[in-house]
Amino acid sequence: MNRLILRTLLSHWRSRPFQIVTLLLGLTVATALWSGVQAINAEARASYAQAAATLGTDRFDSLQPRGAETFDQEAYIALRRAGWDVSPVVEGSLRLGGERYRVLGIDPVTAPASLPARPDLQGADLTDFLGPTGLILISASTTLPPDVDLPPVRVVEGIAPGTLVMDIGLAQTLLTMPGQLSRLILLPGVQGAPPIAEASGVVFDRIAPRGDGGGIAALTDSFHLNLTAFGFLAFAVGLFIVYSSIGLAFEQRKPMLRTLRALGVPLRRLMLVMVAELTALALLAGIAGVALGYLIAASLLPDVAATLEGLYGAQVSGSLSLRPAWWATGLLIAMGGAALAAGDTLWRTARMPLLSAAMPEAWHGAQARAQFWQGIAALGCFALALVLCFTASSLTAGFALMGALLIGAALALPVVLATILRIGAARARGPLSQWGWADARQQMSRLSLALMALLLALSANIGVGTMVMSFRDTFTGWLDQRLVAEVYVTASDAEQGRAIHAWATDRVDAVLPIWSAEARLGAVPISIYGVAQHPTYSEHWPLIEALPGAWQSVASGEGALINEQMAARRDLSPGDALILPTPDGTDWPLTITAIYSDYGNPVDQVMVDVGLLATRYPDIERLRFALRTADAPQVIEEARARFGLSSEQVVDQAAIKALSLAIFERTFTVTGALNILTLAVAALALLTAMLTLQLMRLPSLAPLWAMGLTRAALARAELVKVLALALLTAILSIPIGLGVAWVLTNVINVMAFGWRLPMNLYPMDWLRLIGLALLTATVAAGLPVLRLARTAPRTLLGVFASER
Amino acid sequence: MLTVTDLHKSFETAGQPLPVLRGVDLAVTRGECVALTGESGSGKSTLLHLIAALDTFDAGSIRLDGQELAGLNDRARADLRRNRVGVIFQQFNLIPSLSVGDNLAFQARLAGRFDAAWQARLTERLGLGPLTDRWPEQLSGGQQQRVAVGRAIAARPALVLADEPTGNLDEATGGAVMDLLLDLVAETQATLLMVTHSAALAARLNRRVHLSLGQVSAL
Amino acid sequence: MRVLVFLLLLPTLAFAQGFAGLGTATQEGFATPERGATLTFPTDHAAHPDYRIEWWYLTANMTGPDGATYGAQWTLFRSALAPGEGEGWASPQIWMGHAALTTADRHFVAETFARGGIGQAGVTAQPFAAWIDDWQIAGPDLTEVTVRARGDGFAYTLDLATSAPFVAQGDGGYSVKSGAGQASYYYSQPFYDLTGMIEIGGVPTPVTGQAWLDREWSSQPLAETQDGWDWFSIHFESGEKLMAFRLRDNSGAPFHSGTWIDADGTPHPLDGDTLSFTELERAQTSGPQVPIAWRVQIAQRGLDITTRPLNPDAWMDTLFPYWEGPIHVEGSHDGIGYLEMTGYE
Repeated sequence: MNRLILRTLLSHWRSRPFQIVTLLLGLTVATALWSGVQAINAEARASYAQAAATLGTDRFDSLQPRGAETFDQEAYIALRRAGWDVSPVVEGSLRLGGERYRVLGIDPVTAPASLPARPDLQGADLTDFLGPTGLILISASTTLPPDVDLPPVRVVEGIAPGTLVMDIGLAQTLLTMPGQLSRLILLPGVQGAPPIAEASGVVFDRIAPRGDGGGIAALTDSFHLNLTAFGFLAFAVGLFIVYSSIGLAFEQRKPMLRTLRALGVPLRRLMLVMVAELTALALLAGIAGVALGYLIAASLLPDVAATLEGLYGAQVSGSLSLRPAWWATGLLIAMGGAALAAGDTLWRTARMPLLSAAMPEAWHGAQARAQFWQGIAALGCFALALVLCFTASSLTAGFALMGALLIGAALALPVVLATILRIGAARARGPLSQWGWADARQQMSRLSLALMALLLALSANIGVGTMVMSFRDTFTGWLDQRLVAEVYVTASDAEQGRAIHAWATDRVDAVLPIWSAEARLGAVPISIYGVAQHPTYSEHWPLIEALPGAWQSVASGEGALINEQMAARRDLSPGDALILPTPDGTDWPLTITAIYSDYGNPVDQVMVDVGLLATRYPDIERLRFALRTADAPQVIEEARARFGLSSEQVVDQAAIKALSLAIFERTFTVTGALNILTLAVAALALLTAMLTLQLMRLPSLAPLWAMGLTRAALARAELVKVLALALLTAILSIPIGLGVAWVLTNVINVMAFGWRLPMNLYPMDWLRLIGLALLTATVAAGLPVLRLARTAPRTLLGVFASER
Repeated sequence: MLTVTDLHKSFETAGQPLPVLRGVDLAVTRGECVALTGESGSGKSTLLHLIAALDTFDAGSIRLDGQELAGLNDRARADLRRNRVGVIFQQFNLIPSLSVGDNLAFQARLAGRFDAAWQARLTERLGLGPLTDRWPEQLSGGQQQRVAVGRAIAARPALVLADEPTGNLDEATGGAVMDLLLDLVAETQATLLMVTHSAALAARLNRRVHLSLGQVSAL
Repeated sequence: MRVLVFLLLLPTLAFAQGFAGLGTATQEGFATPERGATLTFPTDHAAHPDYRIEWWYLTANMTGPDGATYGAQWTLFRSALAPGEGEGWASPQIWMGHAALTTADRHFVAETFARGGIGQAGVTAQPFAAWIDDWQIAGPDLTEVTVRARGDGFAYTLDLATSAPFVAQGDGGYSVKSGAGQASYYYSQPFYDLTGMIEIGGVPTPVTGQAWLDREWSSQPLAETQDGWDWFSIHFESGEKLMAFRLRDNSGAPFHSGTWIDADGTPHPLDGDTLSFTELERAQTSGPQVPIAWRVQIAQRGLDITTRPLNPDAWMDTLFPYWEGPIHVEGSHDGIGYLEMTGYE
């Protein structure tokens, strides 16, 4: 019997192939966008975890020298001989054939056995690894330029992409740091050994392991949350399509269902078979969706990887691996989505009276009831948004605020539209326009889901667009302010740094050292930058908030400037005291005198006097200088010739700006792509809703036709109505979009990056978007309207005779 | 007033033309009330639809007040329906998105012949006064058909075409609706052509035309 | 000599795959032991980087104030990927340390590794120091040293002193390991008197006792067919000492060798034919089943003894695992000592 019922149900699709295509397409697209985004996130997170595992920072404490990049390996020997179970690590980057690679030097005999790159102590690898020529271990996804002079390379599993693992001795040679180490891996279980500082004579910061991929994972969390939010939005929009196709199928299969029930099929069994049918369809769409999601992810991943590297220095594999867990969740989300979209239909099937009602559907009452509850829910969402607006203190809460705002707006949309349409109908003069308004209102019950999808897509579009463009404008202006020096030089080593400093002092108007130290305040890394006393800073540097005489206090050694993200994260303001750590373990007390904007930097930053920095942190690298000169091309030419500097080491202002902007643009490529995809899905939702609607529209239209309207006129009226609804939706999406933009710039950005952005308005973009919405509506309504204009009179006449 | 001559119409069914009307001749004079009867499938509804310019025919002629319907385009046929004809179907006559009052006035306003006083009287005559603010879905079947009658008459069409207007109603309700229809047709001096298969109803009209196998036949 | 043979000689077992790839490394350039060479002290106490493998192997039998007995092991192995010493990380030398402390019911083991050339491990002759991390044997010279090691749950500091001479094993320090002629340089100091402190779970206990140091270096692997050995070092109550071993051969008769050491330190190499080793009992350890009770006979010396372990589960769960623990000796001669067994699976 089940088989017979199923065959009967399925026969419906055979006669309406287009309908099943839409249903599957909707679910596929929704699943694809969701799982595509998840795939990207999973890949990135796996890369972080792998990087941390390669470095050993996922499970073990690390010891990093305070205020220095490196330390003498004698300190390592001293710690071992004092009984500390530590293993040395040399890290650095190497440029080979234009690509940057991370070099990781380890000592395989002391490294923890769980370090993925450590060669097996019993394996023949160890002989090669430690042998005179050495051995470089890389992951399968890392490619090296063909003609570089390197020791033999072997591909092993478990190494992060772009990382070259080698013996510590070889790494010291390649990175030109003989006898120096970068950090130590500290293994647990040491008892009774003397304190580390005492035993080694070096002040180390002890950094606890981060199982989830470490600092990079924390830094990039916001980026991934962003992607997730977009994936979810796209998924939700996709579900609207599924909802309308399932709803349509139900409407059309109603007589069939009635007949089946009348023939004695128990309701329970009918429901069971419908659920089975739905499950099968969801599974099918899920598989296709996951596959499509894989393609989407694969095509977006290179951009994501570039973004993450540009923004956070995080290495992410540019190629996608298939994870079974991801397939499974993709299928589950497809099924869940289908269940969500079909819930209403199944409910209506369960409650469907056995005999058809002679009356047409009581739409007025139903609409009023639905709108009442939607209105209540919308108010609830808005209330929640309002509360979150004032209380949101985490990124998740920020996204919840945005979610509440968007969902509230979507729920309120039908209520608002109905009100506008009622007012319109009341003011309408002619019978046709009166009918148009009234009919649009009735039609909206069915279209509202698609319109909600459109509203969501448009609002997100406006919101994200406003945020990105505000950011770009702010960023460009800020770069102009901040990059004032004409030439930026990086020396190859300390000696060359001194030589360049001496030469430039005579050659240019001003030499401004850019020296910095990495330190930790609390457990969080900070950068301490030294600045010279010069109008370049005091006159141009973009300050957000400052005490009077901020720059003088820096020059006098009492004051420090901090970046906005540091102020936000640590709740600091001008006038607060700041105590910086120093390599010798003493405190360095300062007063915060100003806060400056520092877009695009994920790390907390402090600016102090450069002389003082060099005194407190004697081991900092003194390699970078900004030069002020009216004669930049000549100075660049001379610097290159005199010191043999590469084009990367001597850069003019324009090149730095271009680079910064390029990184910026890449950062939002993915956002832009997802934005467009979401809008496309919304268009698809509108199309399917229109097609669904068309079949239900004939009873409303046939009397008009009988009373003397041509089919063409009816089609035109239909088009105008849909366009009007789309236009209203688009107009309503502007304030919602601006709300979203405000949340993004003033809540989410602050939580995620620590900087607040001024929000600019871009009305031309709104017009463009309204145009886009109308185009979307035209495309979506086009086919159904054309079909209406060509409906045979007999079909229309059928309305008056047929049962509905 | 209405002259139908040698009218032919077939429908495509499974690729085969199925002749429905096979040379129908009919003449109706102004003010006349004619019943159109016949078996199911005899073509009586099709004939009515063709006269209402709802569909096109294959051959023959329909002249309405001297105007030939053959060869009219979509727009001209729509004009004709709007201005000269009032149609009442068995069911689903009303526009669900408009209130009863708006439904009643709709065709008159569409045709540009809205007359508030007449409209008020009509509403009164139909007993729909208290119902004008309701939605069609809230009315009973008899009430809905009364609205349909009122709407068809409101524009004072020359020709009222009714396709089993009481077919879906019980005898008493149907009788009441029929009384109203005949009264109003008489009052507006309209011509009525009504499809029915009720001999009793047919007997109430001036004349009865019987259709059999697509042709007018004697009873 | 002891586990060390492991490193040195065993071709088919763990070491064959090779601590530091030993089994596969070519032997080219390594020096080989030669009969007739003379041992020179203190120079030969230090490392011989031209030889592939070398160790400083100390075992101690100790007694606490309550009469409880203990065993301690301190071993430093050196293994070379290539002959000679290099600068810094370029050194081809790799060091491995094993430390153990055995009681009647516990057996603590620790293991550590180090690269040569950077100072994390090494040996100097005068003053003497052998160290890896914070483990060490050090003193003015090798006749008076302090031994320290520490691991999970245990630690010890032992002072050793002796006035006895170093004892050359085999033919004046040239010790043959197979019928095919594989050999090593091998000398011992079995006469240390010991006082010190052991610590178990943070609880210190003073101890006294005797200790035995073996020094051995070579470059030659065992014969292909030799798959393990049983090795005894015994302090008799008479003050005499015995070193005796059996190298098991899967293709025929085992290879036996030993040295009888008079109480004044005079060594008497034993003819292999006069030695007899009989397994009396096997027991399950935390590793495999191993023989834990033995009968050892030397007809020529009128010796017929039975050995039993202080703790049958003295399994060394290290990168290359083996059994090593203190034993009691009864029979024609009474005494204490150490037993090492390898190659059991």
